[in-house]
Order: sequence, then C-alpha cells, then structure tokens
Amino acid sequence: MSSNNNTTVSPGGLPSRRNTELMMLVFAVVIPVFAYANVGLAKEGSLPAGMLGYGLGLGLLAGVAHLAVRRWAPYADPLMLPIATLLNGLGLVLIWRLDQEPTITTDRLGGPLAPGQLMWSTVGVALFIGVLLLLKDHRLLQRYTYISMVVALVLLALPIVVGEEINGARIWVRIPGVGSLQPGEFAKIIIAVFFAGYLMVKRDALALASRRVMGLYLPRGRDLGPILVIWAISLLILIFETDLGTSLLFFGIFVVMLYVATERTSWIIFGLLLSASGAVLVASTNAHVGERVNNWLNPLDRAANDGVTETAQAMFSFGSGGLFGSGLGQGYSRLIGGIAAKSDYILATVGEELGLAGLMAIVMLYALLIERGMRTALAARDPFGKLLAVGLAGVFAIQVFVVAGGVTALIPLTGMTMPFLAQGGSSVIANWALIALLLRISDTARRPAPAPAPSLDAEQTQVVRP
Amino acid sequence: MNKPMRRVAVFCGVLMLALLVRVNWIQFVQADELQSHEDNRRVSIERYSNPRGDIIVDGEPITGSEETDDPDYRYQRTWTDGEMWAPVTGYASQAYGTSFLEGVNDSILTGDDDRLFFNNTIDMITGRDQRGGDVVTTLNGDAQRAAFEGLGDRKGAVVALDPRTGAILALASAPSYDPSSFAGYGADDEEAWLALQGDEDNEPMLNRALRETYPPGSTFKVVTAAAALENGLIDDIDEATDYEDPYILPDTQDRELGNQVPGVCADANVRDAMRYSCNSVFAGLSNDVGNEGMIEMAERFGFNEEHFTPVRSSASVYPEDNRPQNAMAGIGQASNRATPLQMAMVASAVANNGTLMSPYMVDKLVAPNLNVIEQHDPEELGEPVSGDNARQLQEAMEEVVDGNNIDRGSIGDDVRIGGKTGTAQRGEDNSEPPYAWFISYAITDEGSPVAVAVVIEIGDGEVDRDLISGSRFAAPIAMDVMAAVLDDDQG
Repeated sequence: MSSNNNTTVSPGGLPSRRNTELMMLVFAVVIPVFAYANVGLAKEGSLPAGMLGYGLGLGLLAGVAHLAVRRWAPYADPLMLPIATLLNGLGLVLIWRLDQEPTITTDRLGGPLAPGQLMWSTVGVALFIGVLLLLKDHRLLQRYTYISMVVALVLLALPIVVGEEINGARIWVRIPGVGSLQPGEFAKIIIAVFFAGYLMVKRDALALASRRVMGLYLPRGRDLGPILVIWAISLLILIFETDLGTSLLFFGIFVVMLYVATERTSWIIFGLLLSASGAVLVASTNAHVGERVNNWLNPLDRAANDGVTETAQAMFSFGSGGLFGSGLGQGYSRLIGGIAAKSDYILATVGEELGLAGLMAIVMLYALLIERGMRTALAARDPFGKLLAVGLAGVFAIQVFVVAGGVTALIPLTGMTMPFLAQGGSSVIANWALIALLLRISDTARRPAPAPAPSLDAEQTQVVRP
Repeated sequence: MNKPMRRVAVFCGVLMLALLVRVNWIQFVQADELQSHEDNRRVSIERYSNPRGDIIVDGEPITGSEETDDPDYRYQRTWTDGEMWAPVTGYASQAYGTSFLEGVNDSILTGDDDRLFFNNTIDMITGRDQRGGDVVTTLNGDAQRAAFEGLGDRKGAVVALDPRTGAILALASAPSYDPSSFAGYGADDEEAWLALQGDEDNEPMLNRALRETYPPGSTFKVVTAAAALENGLIDDIDEATDYEDPYILPDTQDRELGNQVPGVCADANVRDAMRYSCNSVFAGLSNDVGNEGMIEMAERFGFNEEHFTPVRSSASVYPEDNRPQNAMAGIGQASNRATPLQMAMVASAVANNGTLMSPYMVDKLVAPNLNVIEQHDPEELGEPVSGDNARQLQEAMEEVVDGNNIDRGSIGDDVRIGGKTGTAQRGEDNSEPPYAWFISYAITDEGSPVAVAVVIEIGDGEVDRDLISGSRFAAPIAMDVMAAVLDDDQG
C-alpha cells in the first residue's frame, strides 16, 4: 500500500529532504574519521593504521542506512540518522582511543572493545534497516499491545532469574557465545509500544471518569490499578536488580505517556509522589543505592577503603578538561579504571579531552535528536503514532538525562549507558531500533496525503445530455 | 494531545538545559578546584612526565631522574647520597608529594614556572619535551660530608654558614633517611614511608637543623654578652663584674645558681666568664639587661621569626618572662629555644664583625638552556652588635678555644678560631641526658669564611652524663667542618 503512495508524490507536499540527509551524513562520517586521525597523531605521532578501514566501515554503514531510508521511508526526518551516525561514530573513536590505554585494556577487562562495538553497531544498523523494511506502518504494532506487555515484563524480570550481578547491579544476562545482554535496553522500547497501545484505548476512561478532590482529578480505583501495578514493578526492579536507572526510566516514561494521553496534570503530581516515595524508601534501605546517593552528595569523598571513588575520578576528569579539553588521546580518564571508563563514564573522556565545548556539543546533539523525536510526535496524525513517538523520544531524553546527570553528579549515578556513545552491544542495537521506529512514524507523518480520489459527486452533477 | 506534548517537549528541553548548566558548573566554575585537588593524580602524573631538573652542589648534580616503565609516571626521582643530602633536598615522591628544596622549587624543577614560559614555547615549537630548570645551591660538598660523617649514628644537627654572605655551606641532620626509598608509589615505597613516619623514637624525617628548637644552653651566653656590651652594662670584656658565686636568682629567697668550675666565677670579667662558662655572671648580666633588652638583642640576632632559606626554618624563641626565668634564659636554660641554624647565625654575626647576613642556600635558578632565571644576592639581615663589640666578643670566644685547649683538629695556627660550648639540660629536673652544643667560627686574613653550630642529642645511658660536654662531642665535628671549608678555600 505504502509503496503505491510513494509513486504519487504531489508537487505541493513536503520535500523529502533525503539529499539534506545525505549531506549531513557525509559530515557525520568525516568528523569521526578526523577524530580517529587526531587520536593516532596524539598517541603515536602518525595516522592510525586502521583509519581507512574504519572510515570505510562507518561510511558503508551510513550509506546503507541512508539507502534504506531513501527506499522505505523517503519522507522521514532528515536529521535523526545523521545525528545517530555521528554519535555512534564518535563513540567508536572514544572507545578505540581508550583501548590505547593498556591499564584498562587488559585481558581480564575483555581486551580492546572497539572492534566488538563496531560489530554491534553493524548489527544495530541491520536491525534499523530491518525495522524500516518489515514495518511498513507503525500502526501494525498496535495489534501487539498485550504481547508487548508480556515480552517487556519477561525481559525486565529476566536478570532477576538468570542474571549476574556486575558492579552491584543485576541488569545483565549472559548468553553463552554471544556475551552479556542488557534486556532493559530492549524492554524500554517494547514498553513504550505497550503504553501507546494501552493508553490509546483507555485514555478517555482515565481522563474523564475521575473525581475531583482538592483541585486534583483522582482516577477511579479500577483505572488506578494498572498504574499501581507499573509502580510496583518498577520498585521491584529497583529492589531486586538494584538498578535505579531502569526503574526511573520505566516509571518516568509511564507518567509522561499517561499525561500526554489524558491531558491531566494530576497524573504527573500523582506519579511524582509515587516515584519520590519509592526512591526514598529504597535509597534508605538498600545499601548499594544508599552508597550511590552518598557518592552523589559528596562526590569527592574517599571510599571506605580510603581509595578515590570512580565518581571522584570522573569529576577530576571533567574538571581537568576545562574549557577546551586536553585534546583527544591526551587525557587521563583511564584513571577512572576498569571498563566503566568505556561504558558508563564515557562522557568523562569527552569532558576531559574535548573540554566543556565538546561536551556541550555532544549534549546539544542529544537534545537535537530528542527535539526531532518530539517534533515527529507533534506531526504524527494518529494517536497511537503520537503516543509511541512521544514515548520513544521521552525514554531517550530521560536516559540521556539520567546517565549524563549521573556521571556529572547532578543526580545519583545509575547503571545505564549513554545511547550510541558508550560501549555496550545491547544499548547500541536497541537505540538503532528506536531511531528506526521514530523514522517510520515521521515518514508516515510527513508523507503527502494521497491524491484525492476522483469525485463521484462532481461527475454526477454533469449535465446529461440526451 | 498536542498541548501536553509540547509541555513534555519543554520539560525534556529543561532536562538538557540542566545538563548544560551542570557541565558548565563543573568544567568552568569548579575546574580549578578539581584540577588541583589532592586526590587528582593528574597533578603528580604531570610532575613526573618529564625528567625533573637537578639540584646542584659544587657544580655537580646531587639528584637525577630515572625513566621507568610505569604507565602513569614516566620518571622517578633519584638522589646521590640521599641520606646525607635529605635535609637539603627533601623528597619528591610520586605518592607523597615534595618537601624542602624539591618542594619550594618544584615549579622550576618541573619546568612549569612562568619564568620558563619562553623556554617551554621554544621546546614546543622544536618538538622537544618540556624540561625542568636546575637549582644551584650554596652548599659545600666536603663540609656537608664532614658534618654528616661527624654526626654518624648520633642524633643531632650541623649548620655551617659563610658569615660574609649568609650562604649555607652545610646542613646536616641525623638520623636521616633516603628519599629514594619512597620516590615511587608502589608497595615498597609505602612500606618505607610508613616505617619512617612511624619511627617516633628517631624521627628520621625531622629536619633538626631547621625545624627543631633546642634549649641553647651556654652557647646563648654569647648573646647575653652581646646584650651587656650593647646596652653599656660593661664597656670592656676585661672589666670586672659584680656577681656572687653562687648567684641567687632574683625574686627568689634562696634559689642558688652554681658554676661548674669552682673559684673563678665570682665577680669574673666577661672574658673569663666566657672561658669558664660562668652561669652566675651571665644570669646576672641577663637580669640587669632586663627581659625587654634581652628580647631585643635576641631578635636582632634573628630570634622570634621564621627564616626562609628559601626552605622555612622554625622560629627560635626568646619570650617575655619573669625575672628569675629571664636570668636563667641568659644562660640558655629557660623558655628560650633556638634552632641550630639560629645559633650558627649568632656565631656568624660575631665573626662578620657584627653584621648578620640573611642565611640562604639557593645561589641561583638556571633554565634548561643555562640562562640564569634568578640570582640570589647576599642580603644584610641587620647589625646586632657594633664592630667594636663584635671584636670584643671574638676575643672572648677565642679565649674559650685557646684557654681551654679545645682540639683545633687539622686547622692551622694562622687561623683564628672562636667558639662556645654548651651543655643544655633537658627533661624535667634535668632527668634526661643533656644536649651537647658547640658554636664556632674561623677567621683568616680574608675575613671569616665559616661559622658552625653543632648540636648532639646524647642517647640515654650512652655515656656517663658527667662526661657529656660540648667540647668533647660537638667541637670535633665543628672543627672538621671548618677545616673542610678552609681547605676548599685555599685549594
């Protein structure tokens, strides 16, 4: 059906902007290649050996993704793919740059991680293309509302059952021969699908059938049920997986989508009260979360064994970067130690080596990506698409805020990764799928309306001459 | 749905704005504080990323930098005769920071000093690593060795000055430590450091020459004599005084102050009182000069203030006190205390005909290209005694050496040697073995090239306490140090 529409581009419709996207993509590939050369020159004084292969690889990924968009989502937003490519490319450079530090690239820590990340990026782009190819209309997902719910819950509960605890958080599932997987990254997309489908059906009941108490519209008990269930589940995640991040993400996105669906401010107040009380409860009872909160309040304090904490090391990284940074390859963010420098704390390397200027640029890239997602939601014509887009953009925004805020000690640190930038297969794959969904919705939204069918009425009023 | 959606979009914008504000806060407002935080290893990584400049004695470096295979610290500090030079150089450790010359001149040694900016820029353009400058000291290697070996296993300190300039020639403290033992940051270094820090009996890391104050004992009588001369109490060192033996302390009924040598101290003149170290005479003079006058005299010699050589030395003290205490302070046996550096300054002012030069041990700072960045010019600290009085004090101090037949060691008779011994009591009611002191100077035709102060803490029960005296334990070290300086001057 949609392919038919492609052939009927009306001259008065929105421009497809595919050429704009291609132009931007060239920049998105060239900038990381220059960054790659920069690291090599700084560390070894020569251009790194793998530069050509690396540049071609990134270029190939971007090119294929672009062709897929051109073919299957020609009216999609032109900015999201270049931004995602740029972030992913810079992430690869940063991980490769940290791979050059022997102290954090030992065998025990998995050796060099950039090649693996490049492979996962390829898988991510493949999934991106797969989504665009197979999902011709996002409304198809509406059929799977309750299946989505089950899948999301299974994914979220999986680490509790078969997971392993790393760094105090139980959010990983080890798959033999493949590596560790973070099911939460995939669950966040699937849960957005569920919420969009569920709320689209229930929004009227939730919005209208409520009692007014002290100026707030309180929902009926039967409508309140699902919300309390979600709250309970997010608390359970927090308690059993000690993962503040996923829990916050999960609950935050529910409140946002509920608010958008019902247009009732009371839901936000209600949701904030619930999440605040849950967070305080857990923070005061759970040692791991309590420690994180402590680190947040006093980021520079020594650890219990008198060592310098990761939080403090990250702060030193940011501070030492100053306005313009030490230059790629010339910082000491490896002092953070372990694999965290490449994953959770990747922003510290950005801050130290690219400085305040570079870090602000990265934050602005994320902000731009979120803005494009929100714009897609506003432009979407169907309520399901609107809810799904706002959910996906929101989940992305909350994740960026929670991670970046965590490493800069704006809020307590949580165990999540910076989308696209940080090392981690699950994250990069899931986020490529997220971008594909947003592109699909925006393609539908910006696609010109089909040419009007020939008007029968007009024909009927023709004068019939005998 | 668009209205709440716009609000959500604005909310996400606020989240991003909060991030931007936060990164500005930590990377701009807090940046300096974070950069120089004591836990931030970048500070010491930077310090050891290039070979450090050297500390120079007699034209030869006594320090070095050794390349390591450590990922964080490329170079590690080394010292030749570290134990001997530790009171001068201090330490520069990857784990424990810097001290003394290594600390005071850190920015020159690392090359970070603003005055090296031009050098650094040239190095950067020509692609060379940043290099540190050198610190050229005034010390005399032979004198330092004589002092260090003279102290041997004993606790104590030696300071030798050039009275004409104030240049420090020797600065020894024992027991000492080898800064090389904890120059790195490994387990061995930590162990060595903790052992040194925990050794409360020996306190090897205490710089006794600059940072420990001792009761000066009879060596302080030189200051008392100077005060008596300057205040006109006596005009001549051969003029008889009027103090009984034993001396009854003022404001007390019957607190007697006796003398070691019997029968010579009653009404003795200053020349003899100095020779026989008469407590009665100097307590009496101190009492008659008065607390105010004594404080003024002591301060003219450098008491009651810290001196920066440029390494800081503790302030020696002569406090306000009541009359009996002030009288006792006149023989160096009350609340007044002095660093070995201070007593060397007293001897040097006398030897330099009354002019006290400001003590210093850094002659010049030199850039890697051998340009002199900073040259120290000798400075006068003051003139505590007049030239005439200084010459009288010289006579009295020379009487001490010649009259008591103190062994001159290898120093020839053409050199005038003046000195003053001291045996300072310590512990409550003199319960511990005393400190043995000796201050001295040598004068040749070309003025006085060296003045020395030696203090030795005798261990408990090491020797019979009646045998402890400055002339026996401290004087030989002083003579050796002076001989080393004199030999160098002639050679």
